[in-house]
Amino acid sequence: MSNRAVTLTRDVELAIRAHGVETYPHECCGAMVGRDGVVTATVPLPNTTEEGPRRRFLVRPSDYRLAERRAGELGGELLGFYHSHPDHPARPSQYDLDHAWPTFAYVIVSVVRGQASDISVWFLKDDRTSFDEGTLQHGDQNPDSHTAQAVHR
Amino acid sequence: MATRILIPTPLRPYTDKKDAVDAEGRTVGELLADLTARHAGLKPHLYNEQGKLRSFVNVYVNDEDIRYLQKEQTPVADGDTISIIPSVAGGVEAAVDRELPALTNEEIKRYSRHLIMPEVGVDGQRKLKAAKVLCIGAGGLGSPVAMYLAAAGVGTLGIVDFDTVDFSNLQRQILHGTPDVGRSKLASAKDRLNAINPGVDIQTYETALSSQNALKLFEPYDVIVDGTDNFPTRYLVNDACVLLGKPNAYGSIFRFEGQASVFGAPNGPCYRCLYPEPPPPGLVPSCAEGGVLGVLPGVVGTIQAMEAIKLILGIGEPLIGRFLIFDALRMKFRELRLRKDPDCPVCGTHPTVRHLIDYEQFCGIRPAAPEPATVNSATDITAVELKQRLDRGDKLKLVDVREPNEYQICRIPGTVLIPLGDVPKRIGELDPNDEIVVHCKMGGRSAKAADFLRAQGYKKVLNLKGGILDWIDKVDPSQPKY
Repeated sequence: MSNRAVTLTRDVELAIRAHGVETYPHECCGAMVGRDGVVTATVPLPNTTEEGPRRRFLVRPSDYRLAERRAGELGGELLGFYHSHPDHPARPSQYDLDHAWPTFAYVIVSVVRGQASDISVWFLKDDRTSFDEGTLQHGDQNPDSHTAQAVHR
Repeated sequence: MATRILIPTPLRPYTDKKDAVDAEGRTVGELLADLTARHAGLKPHLYNEQGKLRSFVNVYVNDEDIRYLQKEQTPVADGDTISIIPSVAGGVEAAVDRELPALTNEEIKRYSRHLIMPEVGVDGQRKLKAAKVLCIGAGGLGSPVAMYLAAAGVGTLGIVDFDTVDFSNLQRQILHGTPDVGRSKLASAKDRLNAINPGVDIQTYETALSSQNALKLFEPYDVIVDGTDNFPTRYLVNDACVLLGKPNAYGSIFRFEGQASVFGAPNGPCYRCLYPEPPPPGLVPSCAEGGVLGVLPGVVGTIQAMEAIKLILGIGEPLIGRFLIFDALRMKFRELRLRKDPDCPVCGTHPTVRHLIDYEQFCGIRPAAPEPATVNSATDITAVELKQRLDRGDKLKLVDVREPNEYQICRIPGTVLIPLGDVPKRIGELDPNDEIVVHCKMGGRSAKAADFLRAQGYKKVLNLKGGILDWIDKVDPSQPKY
């Protein structure tokens, strides 16, 4: 377990889960924007993999640039990416490891039979040998809060 | 001349949090070398262990991807802006893509040595239970593969074979025992595997793998294990795996040498990237012709089983893009780097093979012609005819063209031993006026010797049809067959 943590606002977590359910049985992916370890907005991205979206996702360079630009527009920075594992545990695969970037938070949501289930966050070790599981904090529990939605929209 | 390089968010911790830094160089390659010299922490994230740019690192000169320019040799001019842009990719493991079953208490006990390792654990064991592996062949390689995979708890194990167990199999094919001789290999394998682990679903396919049935047979399986002993089937398995996107845990054996790799994985090379064309027929001898040390398939088959399990679990470094060569006599493993060939006819960027072809023809092997009912009396002689003529007292020169170690096992009385390779230099021992009968084990090598002698002007050369094996069957059953 890494001592790194990331906080998902309630709306962000709901948005990630909803995206995973929407694309099931395919994988979804998107960027996470925020500041100081708190994700306040998501940027859903198209899954452009040619290897079959049931078990792979790929964010094109052009979409990556879009995500960085959106992060700037929202007054935050790019904190990482999320993706879903349809009918697979919310743990990073060897494939995730081979393609991971340092610093980024990788949020994985497991979608089992069309229902979003476990969600977890992972950070690449500096030597690239494995991921450390980070602490996923559920921020902004108040469903009536409008601040997060305002940033998210 | 310094050039600006834009650094993406995840790499900024390695550039003192700067989003752009300067580096010097005339080409992209030189610039990146200078960049990683100045900021050493960047290097492992940009380059792989072989010093190549990682596939998910994109470098742009202004707005052009260098892949479409001159790659790392792309020249950099004054005022250009270089951007490093990540492709972000991920996903679940390639091998098993279905819901994972729970483990029973009995299974937890059986697999406890797996479960206590974090790399396997309960989730890994459930992946094994969900996994389906197809073994091509229940012979030398297929035996250890199937036995270890069954023991490890792979849920469904398919086996394709159409042979029966022969005494000559028992020296290495440990799926089968002495009482199984004469039984179908699949029936024998099923009994053995059920005894090892009754929880495994054994699916047997008593058929010769062909271009007509391969895709349908492979479809339900996650990993294919190639334990075949001939080139047409090897190319067939390779192409079918590539077309279906299934990994192929490959192994092959000959005498004291083994090979192993994983072909057909996404982004990995295939057998045709290594060998685009098969060798000419007859150049590479089979185990039946050249022999094989019985333990060798045990080593190579367990490597294949290990790779299949790693693919299922998604752990470690699979033998993708690596070709392992094992030399049993020197007890050495060597490893060759394999690259995916962009021009590969099956897995390249513009494949020309999009469906399964006729692999016998591809490998230059004519389909087996039906055995001619009559023997050509000008060139061939049967074992029975030879016996009759010898009993009559006909003067025949008998030449055995096998190897000395084969001659030690069994022989026809009165023969002279001249191994096929020695025939040209020992031709002086044969009189062109004699009537000569050549033989080998089954008739193949002696046919070549007969052709050679006739070309040298020997008028009366007869080839013993079916070789010494037929002689033993029809004339002299007291001798051992091999």
